[in-house]
Amino acid sequence: MPTIVVDVMPKPEILDPQGKAIAGALPRLGFTGFTAVRQGRRFELTVDGEVTEEVLAQARQAAVDLLSNPVIEDVVNVAVLADPGAPGGIGQAAEAVQAAEGQGA
Amino acid sequence: MTAQHNTAAELPLIGDFSTAGPVLTGARIGVVTFPGTLDDRDAARAVRLAGGEAVALWHAEADGAKALSSLDAVIIPGGFSYGDYLRAGAIARFAPLMDAIIAAAGGGLPVLGICNGFQILTESHLLPGSMIKNEHLKFLCTDQVLRVENNTTAWTRDFAAGEEITVPLKNQDGQYVADEKTLDELEGEGRVAFRYVGVNPNGSRRDIAGITNAAGNVVGLMPHPEHAVEPGFGPDSPAGMRLGTDGLGVFTSVLASLAGGAGHTAGTTAGGSK
Repeated sequence: MPTIVVDVMPKPEILDPQGKAIAGALPRLGFTGFTAVRQGRRFELTVDGEVTEEVLAQARQAAVDLLSNPVIEDVVNVAVLADPGAPGGIGQAAEAVQAAEGQGA
Repeated sequence: MTAQHNTAAELPLIGDFSTAGPVLTGARIGVVTFPGTLDDRDAARAVRLAGGEAVALWHAEADGAKALSSLDAVIIPGGFSYGDYLRAGAIARFAPLMDAIIAAAGGGLPVLGICNGFQILTESHLLPGSMIKNEHLKFLCTDQVLRVENNTTAWTRDFAAGEEITVPLKNQDGQYVADEKTLDELEGEGRVAFRYVGVNPNGSRRDIAGITNAAGNVVGLMPHPEHAVEPGFGPDSPAGMRLGTDGLGVFTSVLASLAGGAGHTAGTTAGGSK
């Protein structure tokens, strides 16, 4: 079954208390190379059948209507997840869609 | 124990130390229950102590508009609707009953959202802004002093302007946020209903504890007035331990505004219109 991934991040201007706490914990564990952390969410939508442009449009709409709150969050990525188990053709097509989406975000 | 028998069914199993309630107004206030709602019983009890009739509303009400048509106001109480999954209030906002509440609120029905109810009202876009995790990331439960900044709404008219009240506060996602433009509009239009006094317990922008819509019929706040309505069970007050009943004013306010008719809408014309 193909999967569409939706990534949601807190808006840059919104304080992210969880990310801040994680940023504070990193140096305590010896990870000193990072100055800040922002924590977001990743949703994986399993698609019943083929990923058509219509299904992708539905995912984008759901991302705005339900999966994110536009007041505090941005949808930063909606992409088809490449299925490593699938035949090469489908996987490559999926990766192409993902690359295109990535550029848009 | 003679004349009061009409309220016998509502008497608690433990002692009721409340003073005699005001005369019943006949006002019917709906109290919504979602899966995961915690404070519906307390909110219903607050309505009764204020002199109103509390009516239970189930989130999956088949005909929400019909259920609301016999009600004079609605309270969305606190708790963890749908386990706070996704975001606090995000799933509840799409419950069948919410569409009817959103429509009725647009028509002037007084709606109060407390804590998780406030979060549901912001997710429903009935009120601007949103709540994120407390700045300190901890669940906080404390008695909190609030200042009533706007006493012309349907839910605050029994308070004096600038009156300070003490009610419990208990939440994890209580930090009120909105962009600067929205915050300026709220301040400019007098739509900050309650503000934290003394300490800002969760990092809320501009110490905002509660806000109202422009018409003054929809109010949301994070602290819990319904937990400060009965002597013996409220916050500590100068009168004694657990004797604080400052929250009762929220519930008597809506009864007064229902009895007084246009009071709450006329009161907001000074700053309410754009």
